[in-house]
Amino acid sequence: MSGAAIHLSGVRATYSNSTRPAIDAIDLDVQPGEFIALVGPSGCGKSTLLRTINRLVPIEAGRIEFDGTDIAGLDPVAMRRTIGYAIQAVGLFAHMDVAANVGVVPSLLGWDRAAIDARVDEMLELARLDPRQYRHRRPHELSGGEAQRVGVARALAARPRALLMDEPFGALDAIVRRELQHELHDIVRGAGTTTLFVTHDVNESLLLADRIAVMNAGRIEQCATPLEVLADPANEHVRDLFADDAAVAKLRERAKHG
Amino acid sequence: MSYLFAHPLHVAALGAAHLALVATALAAALAIALPLGLVLARREHASNLVLGVLGAIYTIPSLALLAVLVELIGLGSAPIFVALVAYAQFVLVRNVIAGVRGVDPAQRDAALGMGMSAVQRTWRVIVPQALPVVVGGVRVAAVAMVALATLGGYVGAGGLGSLIFIGFTIHHTDEIVAGSVAACALAIAIDGSLRLLERLVRVN
Repeated sequence: MSGAAIHLSGVRATYSNSTRPAIDAIDLDVQPGEFIALVGPSGCGKSTLLRTINRLVPIEAGRIEFDGTDIAGLDPVAMRRTIGYAIQAVGLFAHMDVAANVGVVPSLLGWDRAAIDARVDEMLELARLDPRQYRHRRPHELSGGEAQRVGVARALAARPRALLMDEPFGALDAIVRRELQHELHDIVRGAGTTTLFVTHDVNESLLLADRIAVMNAGRIEQCATPLEVLADPANEHVRDLFADDAAVAKLRERAKHG
Repeated sequence: MSYLFAHPLHVAALGAAHLALVATALAAALAIALPLGLVLARREHASNLVLGVLGAIYTIPSLALLAVLVELIGLGSAPIFVALVAYAQFVLVRNVIAGVRGVDPAQRDAALGMGMSAVQRTWRVIVPQALPVVVGGVRVAAVAMVALATLGGYVGAGGLGSLIFIGFTIHHTDEIVAGSVAACALAIAIDGSLRLLERLVRVN
């Protein structure tokens, strides 16, 4: 199944406890199957932007289109079932075993029992968790890395056309994070799922993304390929965010001189 | 203890009536407390207000409340039934609110973001997660209700309290002991079974 195109224009959102918009004047065109990383400092609005797409945060201006359809006209509950969602805190349902967690959205969509069981095994294998060993485990019996693997498997179980991830690997140690980054890359590339991925780890964005949207104070300052962001940062802030080490300096020099 | 051994069937029948009174009052109390607690859990101000009122009811001496209720609705099981329901509200509503508020925010966010409707979030996530705390409240309330229901003997509601009050009136310690021991046994049995239920619905 191919990924969805997501189109945002002039999007603004303000939280009820604030007068300043959390995000403003957001324009973003995401191609089917593209992997976009949203990076920026804490409070820059990257999570808010992500959460406007599955309507967890309402927008007050602008327009968000999912495959050409304005999402404002869609039923939010039905729409969310077509969009995978994974968060840093994972949020596995503590009273359900791993299989029931992975099967949540397929069961909401009314798949039959056998189809759900088969899909759960398929997803666990894709997430490199042996179904025989993990199916009936409870979330509290999993390590942080295992829980996040289940979280990703759950987000992708119903073959969503888009995947929203909010710092899914932020709470993991460096080794486990690297492992999961590579596996996530293979999984979403394989499925062709359009992915928006929030991270404050610039290396993670460089590793995974087709394009990086750099945010600051509620706006997108630059949205470009990792190479372009490194070689030709749009402003000081973008330059500062991506470590100005020797290799990057060389890259910039090279880009300047063709 | 001789009365208990001389009339075991009579004491058992009174115990069954006692249990029926407590069980129906508990069911009625839950029918109020569960929806009330679910609604109040997301309203900070209203929940403080309601818990304040229920807490105040909880502190009224039970004999005084019962006297007022008898004045209002007469003798029989009705006044004690109302008193039981009223006293249970504080513990039950407080625990429903605590249980619902204790649900992990990440699990709420995941449930919403994955496309559960409000009804599905309530039944598939919030209720199962809050259940152990709610059952804990039911256990505390039920044990207190068994003791409180003995006052029913004073107003003609039957149950084990009638034994205690008859013994009190005719100065027969034996009947007082029989009624009290049976009420204690009932309370311990209810506590034990609800403790078991609490373990069954435990999340981890």
